[in-house]
Amino acid sequence: MEHPELALDNPPASAPVDAIEHWRRFAPDLPADKVLFSELVPGGGHWSYRLPRGTTLRMTALDAGANLSLVLYSAQEKLERYNMPDSLKAQHTAHYTRGHVLMSDMGRSMASITADTVGWHDPLGLLLDNRLMHEKYGDHIYQQYRNAMYRSGRDGLLIEIGKYGLAKRDLVAPVNFFSKVVVDGEGRFRYVTNHAKAGDSVDLRIDMDVIVAYSAAPHPLDPNPAYAPGKIGLAVWRSGPAPKDDYCRAFRPENARALHNTDMLYLV
Amino acid sequence: MTATAIRIQESALDPAAAVLDHTVPAGEPYLLAIDKGQTLRIVDLEGNQAVDVIFYNRDDGAEHYSATETLLRQGGIYLTTGSVLYSDDGNPMLTIVADTCGRHDTLGGACAAESNTVRYALQKKFMHSCRDNYLTALQHADIGLGKRDLVPNINFFMNVPVTESGDLSFADGVSAPGKYVELRAEMNLWMLVSNCPQLNNPCNAYNPTPARFLLWNPQ
Repeated sequence: MEHPELALDNPPASAPVDAIEHWRRFAPDLPADKVLFSELVPGGGHWSYRLPRGTTLRMTALDAGANLSLVLYSAQEKLERYNMPDSLKAQHTAHYTRGHVLMSDMGRSMASITADTVGWHDPLGLLLDNRLMHEKYGDHIYQQYRNAMYRSGRDGLLIEIGKYGLAKRDLVAPVNFFSKVVVDGEGRFRYVTNHAKAGDSVDLRIDMDVIVAYSAAPHPLDPNPAYAPGKIGLAVWRSGPAPKDDYCRAFRPENARALHNTDMLYLV
Repeated sequence: MTATAIRIQESALDPAAAVLDHTVPAGEPYLLAIDKGQTLRIVDLEGNQAVDVIFYNRDDGAEHYSATETLLRQGGIYLTTGSVLYSDDGNPMLTIVADTCGRHDTLGGACAAESNTVRYALQKKFMHSCRDNYLTALQHADIGLGKRDLVPNINFFMNVPVTESGDLSFADGVSAPGKYVELRAEMNLWMLVSNCPQLNNPCNAYNPTPARFLLWNPQ
Protein backbone atom coordinates (compact mmCIF):
# COMPACT_ATOMS: atom_id res chain seq x y z
CA MET A 1 0.00 0.00 0.00
CA GLU A 2 1.52 3.28 -1.08
CA HIS A 3 -0.80 5.47 0.92
CA PRO A 4 -0.34 4.35 4.51
CA GLU A 5 -2.04 7.42 5.92
CA LEU A 6 -5.15 6.44 3.96
CA ALA A 7 -5.02 2.76 4.81
CA LEU A 8 -6.79 3.24 8.11
CA ASP A 9 -8.22 0.58 10.30
CA ASN A 10 -11.98 0.31 10.31
CA PRO A 11 -13.53 2.48 13.03
CA PRO A 12 -14.65 0.97 16.32
CA ALA A 13 -18.35 0.24 16.76
CA SER A 14 -18.53 2.88 19.48
CA ALA A 15 -17.51 5.61 16.96
CA PRO A 16 -18.56 4.20 13.64
CA VAL A 17 -18.44 7.33 11.47
CA ASP A 18 -14.80 7.95 10.60
CA ALA A 19 -15.31 11.48 9.24
CA ILE A 20 -11.87 12.74 10.13
CA GLU A 21 -11.24 16.46 10.45
CA HIS A 22 -8.36 16.41 7.97
CA TRP A 23 -8.76 20.16 7.41
CA ARG A 24 -7.20 20.89 10.80
CA ARG A 25 -3.88 19.69 9.35
CA PHE A 26 -3.82 21.53 6.03
CA ALA A 27 -6.34 24.39 6.42
CA PRO A 28 -6.29 25.35 10.12
CA ASP A 29 -7.16 28.97 9.26
CA LEU A 30 -10.71 28.02 8.24
CA PRO A 31 -13.43 28.98 10.77
CA ALA A 32 -14.19 25.73 12.62
CA ASP A 33 -17.92 26.42 12.85
CA LYS A 34 -18.19 26.77 9.08
CA VAL A 35 -16.28 23.71 7.86
CA LEU A 36 -18.66 21.15 6.38
CA PHE A 37 -16.30 18.28 5.47
CA SER A 38 -12.78 17.55 4.33
CA GLU A 39 -10.78 14.77 2.75
CA LEU A 40 -7.30 13.70 1.74
CA VAL A 41 -6.96 12.77 -1.93
CA PRO A 42 -4.16 10.37 -2.82
CA GLY A 43 -2.25 11.12 -6.00
CA GLY A 44 -4.29 9.66 -8.86
CA GLY A 45 -7.46 9.57 -6.73
CA HIS A 46 -10.80 10.78 -8.04
CA TRP A 47 -14.16 11.70 -6.55
CA SER A 48 -17.22 13.87 -7.11
CA TYR A 49 -20.07 15.47 -5.20
CA ARG A 50 -22.75 18.09 -5.37
CA LEU A 51 -21.82 21.40 -3.81
CA PRO A 52 -24.41 24.11 -3.20
CA ARG A 53 -24.10 27.80 -3.99
CA GLY A 54 -22.48 29.64 -1.12
CA THR A 55 -19.92 27.00 -0.21
CA THR A 56 -16.20 27.23 -0.94
CA LEU A 57 -13.86 24.41 -1.86
CA ARG A 58 -10.38 24.87 -0.37
CA MET A 59 -7.78 22.87 -2.32
CA THR A 60 -4.34 22.46 -0.74
CA ALA A 61 -1.34 20.82 -2.40
CA LEU A 62 0.15 18.49 0.20
CA ASP A 63 3.13 17.58 -1.99
CA ALA A 64 5.05 19.58 -4.56
CA GLY A 65 4.02 18.74 -8.11
CA ALA A 66 0.40 17.98 -7.27
CA ASN A 67 -2.22 18.40 -10.00
CA LEU A 68 -5.99 18.46 -9.66
CA SER A 69 -8.04 18.16 -12.87
CA LEU A 70 -11.51 19.49 -12.09
CA VAL A 71 -14.75 19.76 -14.08
CA LEU A 72 -18.10 21.33 -13.19
CA TYR A 73 -21.68 20.62 -14.26
CA SER A 74 -24.82 22.39 -13.10
CA ALA A 75 -26.58 20.16 -10.58
CA GLN A 76 -29.96 21.38 -11.79
CA GLU A 77 -29.35 21.10 -15.55
CA LYS A 78 -26.40 18.90 -16.40
CA LEU A 79 -26.39 20.16 -19.99
CA GLU A 80 -24.98 23.35 -18.53
CA ARG A 81 -21.31 22.78 -17.87
CA TYR A 82 -17.94 24.47 -17.46
CA ASN A 83 -16.73 25.85 -20.78
CA MET A 84 -13.02 26.49 -21.28
CA PRO A 85 -13.18 28.70 -24.40
CA ASP A 86 -16.00 30.85 -23.01
CA SER A 87 -14.12 31.38 -19.77
CA LEU A 88 -10.80 32.16 -21.41
CA LYS A 89 -12.06 34.55 -24.05
CA ALA A 90 -14.37 36.43 -21.69
CA GLN A 91 -11.46 37.10 -19.34
CA HIS A 92 -8.78 37.37 -22.05
CA THR A 93 -6.67 34.94 -20.11
CA ALA A 94 -4.75 31.70 -20.54
CA HIS A 95 -4.21 31.21 -16.81
CA TYR A 96 -6.39 31.36 -13.70
CA THR A 97 -5.77 33.03 -10.38
CA ARG A 98 -7.69 35.08 -7.78
CA GLY A 99 -10.44 37.13 -9.44
CA HIS A 100 -11.07 34.74 -12.33
CA VAL A 101 -14.36 32.88 -12.59
CA LEU A 102 -15.14 29.53 -14.23
CA MET A 103 -18.00 30.16 -16.62
CA SER A 104 -20.58 27.76 -17.98
CA ASP A 105 -21.61 27.51 -21.62
CA MET A 106 -24.74 29.43 -20.57
CA GLY A 107 -22.96 32.63 -19.66
CA ARG A 108 -22.96 32.12 -15.91
CA SER A 109 -20.24 31.97 -13.32
CA MET A 110 -20.22 28.45 -11.89
CA ALA A 111 -17.39 29.10 -9.44
CA SER A 112 -14.93 31.88 -8.62
CA ILE A 113 -11.34 31.87 -7.43
CA THR A 114 -11.48 33.93 -4.25
CA ALA A 115 -8.03 33.15 -2.81
CA ASP A 116 -4.85 31.75 -4.29
CA THR A 117 -1.26 31.37 -3.10
CA VAL A 118 -0.08 29.89 -6.43
CA GLY A 119 -0.80 32.64 -8.98
CA TRP A 120 -1.27 30.41 -12.03
CA HIS A 121 -3.53 27.44 -12.62
CA ASP A 122 -3.59 25.80 -16.03
CA PRO A 123 -6.90 26.24 -17.92
CA LEU A 124 -5.83 24.68 -21.23
CA GLY A 125 -7.59 21.42 -20.41
CA LEU A 126 -4.96 18.83 -21.29
CA LEU A 127 -5.74 15.51 -19.62
CA LEU A 128 -3.74 12.32 -19.12
CA ASP A 129 -5.40 9.49 -21.06
CA ASN A 130 -4.61 5.78 -21.00
CA ARG A 131 -2.52 5.81 -24.18
CA LEU A 132 -0.18 8.49 -22.89
CA MET A 133 -0.10 7.01 -19.39
CA HIS A 134 1.04 3.64 -20.73
CA GLU A 135 3.60 5.27 -23.02
CA LYS A 136 5.10 7.33 -20.22
CA TYR A 137 4.84 5.04 -17.23
CA GLY A 138 4.29 1.50 -18.52
CA ASP A 139 1.62 -0.85 -17.26
CA HIS A 140 0.76 -0.72 -13.58
CA ILE A 141 -2.35 -2.80 -13.28
CA TYR A 142 -4.38 -3.68 -10.24
CA GLN A 143 -3.49 -7.41 -10.25
CA GLN A 144 0.14 -6.60 -9.52
CA TYR A 145 -0.08 -3.30 -7.72
CA ARG A 146 -3.42 -3.32 -5.91
CA ASN A 147 -4.29 0.17 -4.72
CA ALA A 148 -1.03 1.53 -6.11
CA MET A 149 -2.18 0.84 -9.68
CA TYR A 150 -2.06 3.80 -12.04
CA ARG A 151 -5.26 5.56 -13.06
CA SER A 152 -5.40 8.13 -15.86
CA GLY A 153 -7.02 11.49 -15.31
CA ARG A 154 -9.46 10.82 -18.12
CA ASP A 155 -10.60 7.49 -16.66
CA GLY A 156 -10.94 9.08 -13.22
CA LEU A 157 -13.18 11.81 -14.59
CA LEU A 158 -15.15 9.38 -16.78
CA ILE A 159 -15.89 7.25 -13.71
CA GLU A 160 -17.03 10.27 -11.73
CA ILE A 161 -19.29 11.88 -14.34
CA GLY A 162 -20.69 8.44 -15.12
CA LYS A 163 -22.15 8.40 -11.61
CA TYR A 164 -24.52 11.16 -12.75
CA GLY A 165 -25.47 9.64 -16.08
CA LEU A 166 -22.92 11.65 -18.04
CA ALA A 167 -20.98 9.88 -20.79
CA LYS A 168 -17.62 10.42 -22.45
CA ARG A 169 -19.14 12.84 -24.96
CA ASP A 170 -20.04 15.00 -21.95
CA LEU A 171 -16.51 15.18 -20.55
CA VAL A 172 -15.35 18.78 -20.85
CA ALA A 173 -11.83 20.17 -20.84
CA PRO A 174 -10.86 20.42 -17.15
CA VAL A 175 -9.03 23.05 -15.17
CA ASN A 176 -5.67 21.74 -13.97
CA PHE A 177 -5.21 23.34 -10.57
CA PHE A 178 -1.63 23.68 -9.30
CA SER A 179 -0.14 23.21 -12.80
CA LYS A 180 1.40 25.78 -15.13
CA VAL A 181 1.73 25.52 -18.91
CA VAL A 182 3.16 28.46 -20.84
CA VAL A 183 2.54 28.97 -24.56
CA ASP A 184 5.51 30.40 -26.47
CA GLY A 185 5.44 32.75 -29.45
CA GLU A 186 5.13 29.82 -31.86
CA GLY A 187 2.22 28.37 -29.94
CA ARG A 188 4.20 25.56 -28.30
CA PHE A 189 3.56 24.32 -24.76
CA ARG A 190 6.18 24.60 -22.03
CA TYR A 191 5.32 22.84 -18.77
CA VAL A 192 6.75 24.65 -15.76
CA THR A 193 8.24 22.26 -13.22
CA ASN A 194 8.43 22.98 -9.48
CA HIS A 195 5.43 25.28 -9.78
CA ALA A 196 3.11 24.67 -6.83
CA LYS A 197 4.76 24.02 -3.47
CA ALA A 198 3.55 21.82 -0.66
CA GLY A 199 1.12 23.94 1.34
CA ASP A 200 -0.04 26.07 -1.58
CA SER A 201 -3.79 26.51 -1.64
CA VAL A 202 -6.62 27.93 -3.73
CA ASP A 203 -10.22 28.71 -2.77
CA LEU A 204 -12.97 28.02 -5.29
CA ARG A 205 -16.27 29.62 -4.28
CA ILE A 206 -19.25 27.77 -5.68
CA ASP A 207 -21.62 30.28 -7.33
CA MET A 208 -24.35 27.86 -8.45
CA ASP A 209 -25.37 24.39 -7.34
CA VAL A 210 -22.88 22.14 -9.12
CA ILE A 211 -21.59 18.64 -9.55
CA VAL A 212 -17.81 18.78 -9.04
CA ALA A 213 -15.66 15.93 -10.35
CA TYR A 214 -11.91 15.75 -9.96
CA SER A 215 -8.88 13.57 -10.58
CA ALA A 216 -5.49 13.99 -8.93
CA ALA A 217 -3.63 12.13 -11.70
CA PRO A 218 -0.48 13.79 -13.10
CA HIS A 219 -0.66 16.57 -15.66
CA PRO A 220 -0.03 15.01 -19.10
CA LEU A 221 2.94 17.31 -19.76
CA ASP A 222 4.60 16.60 -16.41
CA PRO A 223 8.09 15.42 -17.46
CA ASN A 224 8.64 13.32 -14.32
CA PRO A 225 9.37 9.83 -15.71
CA ALA A 226 7.66 8.32 -12.66
CA TYR A 227 3.92 8.34 -12.05
CA ALA A 228 4.18 10.26 -8.80
CA PRO A 229 1.20 12.56 -8.40
CA GLY A 230 1.05 14.56 -5.17
CA LYS A 231 -1.59 14.35 -2.47
CA ILE A 232 -4.21 17.05 -2.15
CA GLY A 233 -6.29 18.15 0.82
CA LEU A 234 -9.86 19.31 0.19
CA ALA A 235 -12.12 21.14 2.61
CA VAL A 236 -15.59 22.52 1.97
CA TRP A 237 -16.82 25.38 4.13
CA ARG A 238 -19.82 27.68 4.30
CA SER A 239 -18.62 30.98 2.85
CA GLY A 240 -21.86 32.50 1.59
CA PRO A 241 -22.45 33.55 -2.03
CA ALA A 242 -20.63 36.41 -3.73
CA PRO A 243 -21.38 39.68 -1.94
CA LYS A 244 -22.09 42.89 -3.84
CA ASP A 245 -18.54 44.13 -3.25
CA ASP A 246 -16.99 40.82 -4.27
CA TYR A 247 -13.41 40.89 -5.55
CA CYS A 248 -14.30 38.62 -8.50
CA ARG A 249 -17.26 40.80 -9.52
CA ALA A 250 -14.98 43.82 -9.63
CA PHE A 251 -12.10 41.99 -11.29
CA ARG A 252 -13.51 42.39 -14.80
CA PRO A 253 -16.83 43.72 -16.16
CA GLU A 254 -17.36 40.35 -17.83
CA ASN A 255 -17.14 38.65 -14.44
CA ALA A 256 -19.69 41.05 -12.96
CA ARG A 257 -22.11 40.13 -15.74
CA ALA A 258 -21.41 36.38 -15.42
CA LEU A 259 -22.08 36.55 -11.67
CA HIS A 260 -25.20 38.62 -12.35
CA ASN A 261 -26.42 35.93 -14.75
CA THR A 262 -25.91 33.34 -11.99
CA ASP A 263 -27.73 35.51 -9.47
CA MET A 264 -30.69 35.40 -11.87
CA LEU A 265 -30.98 31.66 -11.13
CA TYR A 266 -31.61 32.51 -7.46
CA LEU A 267 -34.25 35.19 -7.63
CA VAL A 268 -36.03 34.37 -4.37
CA MET B 1 4.65 17.06 -35.16
CA THR B 2 5.59 19.41 -32.37
CA ALA B 3 6.16 22.80 -33.96
CA THR B 4 3.06 24.79 -34.61
CA ALA B 5 4.71 27.56 -36.60
CA ILE B 6 3.02 28.83 -39.74
CA ARG B 7 3.49 26.39 -42.64
CA ILE B 8 2.13 27.67 -45.95
CA GLN B 9 1.28 24.94 -48.46
CA GLU B 10 -0.67 25.39 -51.68
CA SER B 11 -2.90 22.73 -53.19
CA ALA B 12 -2.81 21.30 -56.70
CA LEU B 13 -6.48 20.28 -56.65
CA ASP B 14 -8.64 21.70 -59.44
CA PRO B 15 -11.97 23.22 -58.36
CA ALA B 16 -13.47 22.08 -61.67
CA ALA B 17 -12.94 18.48 -60.53
CA ALA B 18 -14.61 18.94 -57.15
CA VAL B 19 -17.67 16.79 -56.39
CA LEU B 20 -19.15 19.57 -54.25
CA ASP B 21 -18.78 23.33 -54.50
CA HIS B 22 -21.02 25.16 -52.06
CA THR B 23 -20.94 28.71 -50.72
CA VAL B 24 -22.40 29.35 -47.26
CA PRO B 25 -23.70 32.91 -46.87
CA ALA B 26 -22.46 35.06 -44.03
CA GLY B 27 -23.84 34.10 -40.64
CA GLU B 28 -25.40 30.75 -41.61
CA PRO B 29 -25.04 27.14 -40.42
CA TYR B 30 -24.01 24.21 -42.59
CA LEU B 31 -23.92 20.45 -41.97
CA LEU B 32 -22.06 18.22 -44.42
CA ALA B 33 -21.31 14.50 -44.62
CA ILE B 34 -17.71 13.84 -45.64
CA ASP B 35 -16.40 10.36 -46.54
CA LYS B 36 -13.09 8.92 -45.46
CA GLY B 37 -10.47 9.77 -48.06
CA GLN B 38 -12.24 12.84 -49.42
CA THR B 39 -10.46 16.20 -49.33
CA LEU B 40 -12.26 19.26 -48.05
CA ARG B 41 -11.29 22.83 -48.87
CA ILE B 42 -12.65 25.81 -46.94
CA VAL B 43 -12.14 29.16 -48.65
CA ASP B 44 -12.26 32.52 -46.86
CA LEU B 45 -13.76 34.29 -49.88
CA GLU B 46 -13.53 37.90 -48.71
CA GLY B 47 -10.97 37.62 -45.90
CA ASN B 48 -10.97 37.68 -42.10
CA GLN B 49 -14.04 35.48 -41.76
CA ALA B 50 -14.05 33.07 -38.82
CA VAL B 51 -15.46 29.69 -39.86
CA ASP B 52 -16.41 27.75 -36.71
CA VAL B 53 -16.26 23.99 -37.27
CA ILE B 54 -16.78 20.81 -35.21
CA PHE B 55 -16.22 17.34 -36.66
CA TYR B 56 -17.95 14.14 -35.54
CA ASN B 57 -17.39 10.50 -36.44
CA ARG B 58 -20.36 9.79 -38.70
CA ASP B 59 -20.29 6.11 -37.68
CA ASP B 60 -20.33 6.96 -33.95
CA GLY B 61 -21.60 10.44 -33.13
CA ALA B 62 -20.32 10.16 -29.57
CA GLU B 63 -16.78 10.53 -30.95
CA HIS B 64 -15.99 14.16 -31.65
CA TYR B 65 -13.11 16.46 -32.48
CA SER B 66 -11.15 17.16 -29.32
CA ALA B 67 -9.21 20.37 -29.05
CA THR B 68 -7.30 19.15 -26.00
CA GLU B 69 -6.33 15.79 -27.51
CA THR B 70 -5.22 17.55 -30.72
CA LEU B 71 -3.16 20.12 -28.81
CA LEU B 72 -1.62 17.55 -26.48
CA ARG B 73 -0.45 15.43 -29.40
CA GLN B 74 1.02 18.26 -31.43
CA GLY B 75 2.44 20.06 -28.40
CA GLY B 76 0.97 23.47 -29.17
CA ILE B 77 -2.14 25.48 -29.86
CA TYR B 78 -2.25 26.59 -33.50
CA LEU B 79 -3.26 24.50 -36.51
CA THR B 80 -1.58 24.62 -39.92
CA THR B 81 -0.30 22.29 -42.66
CA GLY B 82 0.58 18.91 -41.18
CA SER B 83 -1.61 19.27 -38.11
CA VAL B 84 -3.69 16.18 -37.38
CA LEU B 85 -7.09 16.70 -35.79
CA TYR B 86 -7.72 14.03 -33.17
CA SER B 87 -10.93 12.81 -31.59
CA ASP B 88 -11.60 12.54 -27.86
CA ASP B 89 -10.81 8.83 -28.25
CA GLY B 90 -7.41 9.68 -29.69
CA ASN B 91 -8.18 8.70 -33.29
CA PRO B 92 -7.06 10.85 -36.24
CA MET B 93 -10.11 12.48 -37.83
CA LEU B 94 -8.54 14.76 -40.45
CA THR B 95 -5.11 15.94 -41.57
CA ILE B 96 -4.45 19.46 -42.81
CA VAL B 97 -2.81 18.92 -46.20
CA ALA B 98 -2.74 22.48 -47.52
CA ASP B 99 -3.04 25.90 -45.92
CA THR B 100 -2.48 29.33 -47.45
CA CYS B 101 -3.54 31.16 -44.27
CA GLY B 102 -1.04 29.53 -41.91
CA ARG B 103 -2.75 29.76 -38.55
CA HIS B 104 -6.11 28.62 -37.22
CA ASP B 105 -7.47 28.92 -33.70
CA THR B 106 -8.27 26.09 -31.30
CA LEU B 107 -9.03 27.96 -28.06
CA GLY B 108 -11.50 30.76 -28.87
CA GLY B 109 -14.57 28.56 -29.08
CA ALA B 110 -17.86 29.54 -30.67
CA CYS B 111 -19.88 32.59 -29.76
CA ALA B 112 -23.23 32.16 -28.05
CA ALA B 113 -26.08 34.46 -27.13
CA GLU B 114 -25.27 33.74 -23.50
CA SER B 115 -21.55 34.41 -23.79
CA ASN B 116 -22.35 37.62 -25.66
CA THR B 117 -24.17 38.83 -22.54
CA VAL B 118 -21.00 38.20 -20.55
CA ARG B 119 -18.49 39.56 -23.03
CA TYR B 120 -20.33 42.67 -24.23
CA ALA B 121 -23.67 43.57 -22.62
CA LEU B 122 -26.76 41.84 -21.25
CA GLN B 123 -28.80 43.50 -23.98
CA LYS B 124 -26.81 41.74 -26.75
CA LYS B 125 -28.58 38.45 -26.14
CA PHE B 126 -30.89 38.68 -29.15
CA MET B 127 -28.01 39.02 -31.60
CA HIS B 128 -27.14 36.00 -33.72
CA SER B 129 -24.46 33.54 -32.69
CA CYS B 130 -22.55 30.43 -33.75
CA ARG B 131 -24.09 28.19 -31.13
CA ASP B 132 -27.60 29.17 -32.24
CA ASN B 133 -26.46 28.19 -35.72
CA TYR B 134 -25.14 24.85 -34.47
CA LEU B 135 -28.39 24.11 -32.67
CA THR B 136 -30.43 25.10 -35.71
CA ALA B 137 -28.50 22.68 -37.92
CA LEU B 138 -28.60 19.84 -35.39
CA GLN B 139 -32.29 20.27 -34.52
CA HIS B 140 -33.29 20.11 -38.19
CA ALA B 141 -30.96 17.24 -39.04
CA ASP B 142 -32.02 15.16 -36.00
CA ILE B 143 -29.00 12.85 -36.25
CA GLY B 144 -28.58 12.17 -32.54
CA LEU B 145 -26.34 15.15 -31.83
CA GLY B 146 -27.33 18.02 -29.54
CA LYS B 147 -26.10 20.68 -27.17
CA ARG B 148 -23.95 18.25 -25.19
CA ASP B 149 -21.99 17.66 -28.39
CA LEU B 150 -21.10 21.34 -28.89
CA VAL B 151 -17.52 20.88 -27.78
CA PRO B 152 -14.68 23.41 -28.23
CA ASN B 153 -14.46 23.95 -31.98
CA ILE B 154 -11.89 25.03 -34.54
CA ASN B 155 -12.01 28.62 -35.75
CA PHE B 156 -10.55 28.51 -39.22
CA PHE B 157 -8.96 31.79 -40.34
CA MET B 158 -9.10 33.20 -36.80
CA ASN B 159 -6.08 34.36 -34.80
CA VAL B 160 -6.20 34.07 -31.01
CA PRO B 161 -2.65 34.52 -29.76
CA VAL B 162 -1.64 33.42 -26.27
CA THR B 163 1.25 35.29 -24.67
CA GLU B 164 3.97 33.85 -22.45
CA SER B 165 2.56 35.88 -19.58
CA GLY B 166 -0.72 33.98 -19.89
CA ASP B 167 -2.91 36.49 -21.68
CA LEU B 168 -5.23 35.65 -24.54
CA SER B 169 -6.23 38.17 -27.16
CA PHE B 170 -8.27 38.39 -30.31
CA ALA B 171 -5.86 39.77 -32.86
CA ASP B 172 -6.69 41.10 -36.26
CA GLY B 173 -7.13 38.27 -38.70
CA VAL B 174 -4.18 36.62 -40.40
CA SER B 175 -6.40 35.70 -43.30
CA ALA B 176 -7.15 37.55 -46.53
CA PRO B 177 -9.50 37.17 -49.51
CA GLY B 178 -9.13 33.75 -51.16
CA LYS B 179 -7.04 32.12 -48.41
CA TYR B 180 -7.95 28.49 -47.89
CA VAL B 181 -7.29 25.44 -45.79
CA GLU B 182 -7.55 21.87 -47.05
CA LEU B 183 -8.12 18.74 -44.97
CA ARG B 184 -8.14 15.03 -45.80
CA ALA B 185 -10.77 13.02 -43.93
CA GLU B 186 -9.35 10.02 -42.08
CA MET B 187 -12.81 8.67 -41.17
CA ASN B 188 -16.43 9.21 -42.21
CA LEU B 189 -17.43 12.55 -40.79
CA TRP B 190 -20.10 15.03 -40.04
CA MET B 191 -18.84 18.57 -40.39
CA LEU B 192 -20.89 21.09 -38.40
CA VAL B 193 -20.24 24.68 -39.45
CA SER B 194 -21.27 28.11 -38.32
CA ASN B 195 -20.12 30.85 -40.64
CA CYS B 196 -19.68 33.20 -37.72
CA PRO B 197 -22.22 36.06 -37.39
CA GLN B 198 -20.36 37.84 -34.57
CA LEU B 199 -20.47 41.64 -34.94
CA ASN B 200 -19.02 42.65 -31.57
CA ASN B 201 -15.33 41.85 -32.08
CA PRO B 202 -12.77 41.82 -34.90
CA CYS B 203 -12.93 38.05 -35.57
CA ASN B 204 -14.89 38.82 -38.75
CA ALA B 205 -13.46 42.31 -39.20
CA TYR B 206 -16.95 43.53 -38.09
CA ASN B 207 -18.27 42.41 -41.47
CA PRO B 208 -19.23 38.71 -41.74
CA THR B 209 -18.83 37.37 -45.28
CA PRO B 210 -19.50 34.10 -47.20
CA ALA B 211 -17.33 31.00 -47.06
CA ARG B 212 -16.91 28.42 -49.84
CA PHE B 213 -16.65 24.65 -49.32
CA LEU B 214 -15.27 22.24 -51.92
CA LEU B 215 -14.96 18.48 -51.74
CA TRP B 216 -12.85 16.12 -53.88
CA ASN B 217 -12.97 12.35 -54.05
CA PRO B 218 -9.69 10.47 -53.54
CA GLN B 219 -7.47 10.66 -56.63
